[in-house]
Amino acid sequence: MLNSLRSQLTTLWTILQHSFTKSETVEYPEQKPYLAPRYRGRIVLTKDPDGEERCVACNLCAVACPVDCIALQQGVKEDGRWYPQFFRINFSRCIMCGMCEEACPTNAIQLTPDFEMCEYDRQNMVYEKEHLQIEGTGKYHDYNFYRVSGLAIKGKDKGQAQNEAQPIDVKSLLP
Amino acid sequence: MADRVTIHIDGKAYQVKSGENLLQTCLSLGLDLPYFCWHPAMGSVGACRQCALVQYQNEEDQHGRIVMGCMTPVTDGAIFSLQGDKASEFRETIVESLMLNHPHDCPVCAEGGECHLQDMTVMTGHRDRHYRGLKNTHRNQYLGPLIHHEMNRCITCYRCTRFYRDYAGGTDLAAMAAHDHVYFGRHQEGVLENEFSGNLVEVCPTGVFTDKSLVNEYTRKWDLQSAPSVCTGCAVGCNTLPGERYGKLKRVHNRYNTEVNGYFICDRGRYGPSYVNLPERLDYAGLRQPDGLYNAIDQSQALQYLTEACQKGHVAGIGSPRASVESNFLLRTLVGADNFSSGFSNKEHDLVNLALSIQQQSHVLIPSVKQIETADAVLILGEDITNTAPRIALALRQTVRNKAYELGTEIGLEHWQDAAIRNLAQDQRSPLFIAAVADTRLDDVAQQILHMAPDDIALFADALACYIANEKLPDINENLISSVETIAKTLLQAKRPLIVSGTSCYNASVISATGKLIEKLNSENCEPMLSMIVPEANSLGQAMLTTRDAPTIDTLAALAIAGKINTLIVLENDLYRRCHSSSIDNMLEHIDNVIVIDYVDTATTSASSLVLPSATAIESEGTLISMEGRAQRHFPVFEPKAERLASWQWLLHCMKALGRAETEHIHYFDDVTRACAANISSLEHIVNAAPSHLYRNHGVKIPRQPHRYSGRTAMRANISVHEPKQPVDQESALAYTMEGLNQSQPGALLPYVWSPGWNSNQSLHKFQSEVSGPLKGGTAGVRLIKTDHQLLDSEPAIKSKKITPADGQWLLVPRHKIFGSDELSALSPAIAELAGHAYIEINPADAQSLNVNEGDGVFIGDDHTNDSHQLSLEVHINSNIAEGCAGFSFGFNDTLNLIPGEFVSLTKNPNWQRRQADTIATDGGGSNGGSYG
Repeated sequence: MLNSLRSQLTTLWTILQHSFTKSETVEYPEQKPYLAPRYRGRIVLTKDPDGEERCVACNLCAVACPVDCIALQQGVKEDGRWYPQFFRINFSRCIMCGMCEEACPTNAIQLTPDFEMCEYDRQNMVYEKEHLQIEGTGKYHDYNFYRVSGLAIKGKDKGQAQNEAQPIDVKSLLP
Repeated sequence: MADRVTIHIDGKAYQVKSGENLLQTCLSLGLDLPYFCWHPAMGSVGACRQCALVQYQNEEDQHGRIVMGCMTPVTDGAIFSLQGDKASEFRETIVESLMLNHPHDCPVCAEGGECHLQDMTVMTGHRDRHYRGLKNTHRNQYLGPLIHHEMNRCITCYRCTRFYRDYAGGTDLAAMAAHDHVYFGRHQEGVLENEFSGNLVEVCPTGVFTDKSLVNEYTRKWDLQSAPSVCTGCAVGCNTLPGERYGKLKRVHNRYNTEVNGYFICDRGRYGPSYVNLPERLDYAGLRQPDGLYNAIDQSQALQYLTEACQKGHVAGIGSPRASVESNFLLRTLVGADNFSSGFSNKEHDLVNLALSIQQQSHVLIPSVKQIETADAVLILGEDITNTAPRIALALRQTVRNKAYELGTEIGLEHWQDAAIRNLAQDQRSPLFIAAVADTRLDDVAQQILHMAPDDIALFADALACYIANEKLPDINENLISSVETIAKTLLQAKRPLIVSGTSCYNASVISATGKLIEKLNSENCEPMLSMIVPEANSLGQAMLTTRDAPTIDTLAALAIAGKINTLIVLENDLYRRCHSSSIDNMLEHIDNVIVIDYVDTATTSASSLVLPSATAIESEGTLISMEGRAQRHFPVFEPKAERLASWQWLLHCMKALGRAETEHIHYFDDVTRACAANISSLEHIVNAAPSHLYRNHGVKIPRQPHRYSGRTAMRANISVHEPKQPVDQESALAYTMEGLNQSQPGALLPYVWSPGWNSNQSLHKFQSEVSGPLKGGTAGVRLIKTDHQLLDSEPAIKSKKITPADGQWLLVPRHKIFGSDELSALSPAIAELAGHAYIEINPADAQSLNVNEGDGVFIGDDHTNDSHQLSLEVHINSNIAEGCAGFSFGFNDTLNLIPGEFVSLTKNPNWQRRQADTIATDGGGSNGGSYG
């Protein structure tokens, strides 16, 4: 009996103390918290330093996505580059975990600090490539996948990628 | 040598089959040993050095020595270390050396995610490249519309040339240059000539050879929804695995069936099915208006029209040898057996029925494709197998190697010691004899080739039979007598001689004579085998479903013209491909309601009053009966789009609407199969072709999608963000989801192969009871023809006589083409590109008498007063074609009205425009596969 009374009073006292501590709650959206540049918000698709689409439609983001909210279809451009014919993300399913960014081998997908996607209609949470594509390089300024990859594209022949020797002349007898 | 021996791997004892190599044994035991150059169907050469283990002399031996698993036979008491540091380090170093020049391509490589090199690299634990030098690069080649070449990715395992040259008999792909310059390609850019080149996609352990039709609209293996299917390209019935994404068929891979196709399929089977994606396919039912145009109507209206038409007057039905047994059975039940034609012309009906009855009545073995490979002497009568049943031709190329294996066994070589056996045998082969109308693609491995007109082939076979039975030889050409002697003696000496014949030269005497020959051969001291090639995927099924005196298209045409047919239902059949267009035109004119159920737009659908859109074999379930009498089930890979329904569903709905008593208890597809088995005694066992829709694998269904299938909540989000329930498959034990268990189920229900650590198709060994053995769940399909050990009813009549070419008259003989002769695959864009134009082929002497050269045009037939209607074809000159014969490209749109076996006159077309020489295409831009340079 005495014990439970003491417990009740301790509780009341503890809660009363909180009335004088500083509040942790922020008056969002009037007051916005600081979000670091590497905060994991919604994704964007970036371009390489030459201004070309970075995404090669390799499907690694889609398979890494734990909620399966990315779908895309690869195509091949006239210049030989792989690109997404469509790239769709259903943000109403997205949990902003950043697995797609980690999986992306070309740094095309990058997470931004923007997470404020409020819509009255859930259908508006479905973003296509044109909604995601930005003009810049995002956080990685110099990386250009095709300068590393062995695939030849217009303007970059075999042997012109990083660390590549000139193509072998099969008909040569030289060692 | 004992059959089973004990070996020790990492301190554990295993009882294993003796005589095998260590690598194969390890894989059969379920141990993960990395490898590259070894292939279960091609044996070992020890080229890549990847499958290293450490072998110890005895238990005291502390050091051991590195051995190559694929080159080491298992011997009793041998001690190996697989996981030990020494072996693991060695394997890791090998992968590192193979990866020295490998480009940074995985994200843009069509092999990524199912790459054996990726798997093996991860398996060995290699991560960081120590080499700091420059990477070698190579230029790619244009290899035709089927295969995309990316030479940078090569690890020089030599599997491609070993398959292409040694296994498939190709000559135009080779290893060139030396040391680290080795290049696998053609001597110059151009289309790969071999009919099995598509297998390079699966044989290459990395992304050097990839599927060009896939590269342009690529989907990773983990994103493909697939289901077990059966190829409809020819009568062999190869098992396939088509893969779908976003409602489109993306690719077809081989589905392992130890008794049928094994590890390989032909290019018709791999690239042909893309007709499924054609935009011209029928989406909605169409009702013909008085102005000749079609109005789209919905399913219920179409069904109502169909039901009403079935109640009006006399109804007849024409089935199809390219439709499933079940669809044909339902149509037959709907219209009655007397009004149902199996969909053959008179001629084809006779030929297929004859081929079936000879197989049923002769008491010889009707071999599976695997058994074909065990023959020690082969005689081919009248078939160009590479073009009529391609997979059999690939098997025959292995058959002729039996001599080499025999020689190897004599000096103690095991069958898997591939390089040694090839070196030993050189050009020595088991005997293969070909009697055909002209050159065939197997000529390079044949011991003797005879070119004769079809009737002469029959006579020749008859002469062989008579020689074997010591009877008087029929009247044949004198210079053939020595060939008769050689071939007959060889067949008599063989233990397992194989005779291959078939319907492709449209000559009943050839088939009858084959029947006689096999009977005579059987009385001698050997086990002969008989393989009869029939034209289409379900030709044999049609012959089994109907009786010999069932009406043909020609009989129904006669009835129609007599006004005795009011409604005709045509099931998946283009009648204009079966009979002369004038007789079909005449027939259809006399029928009030022509209702056609088909999936592609054909001349017959255009002449119908109602078209019902149906599902292809890839979108529906069905049973097909292959040339060896094997019933095999195919399952839908994806749900048919728009208002398409499987043909059996259209017919079943109609019968239910008519209130037919037979359909009272039919609710599912399996019920149709069961009803068919109950009604047709020869088809009694088709229910066993695959498990029923009630089958559950440990309580769950079998998933069509791999467990990594991606994009489920986004792929249709553009239509609606609210995801619908996954489609439910009521008709089979497979599910349109990634939920379920893809393990240890019956072989007929294997939708894809994947195993932890083994993402490529090499994971197959995890599904086999032992390497190259049957699947763990048993082999798919069931054999229907049981040889019943009865003698032939009566000896078949051989009506052939020696052909004496009349002046100015040529005998029309069909020349089949793997690309172009088959109706459906010819619609696929890549196959159409390879098919080329229709042509007529004549002897140089005949060409001279006609005063034509290669590439000129000739009129066919007498009446050339009206140039615009007269058929005129390009001349090909072929010195191998029998004299007096004119071969024509069979099954091409321009040659549909030519009837094999008829005599026609040929005259030069003076106004013929010669075709420009084809220029070799290149992979210049992205649209051709994205290899720029």
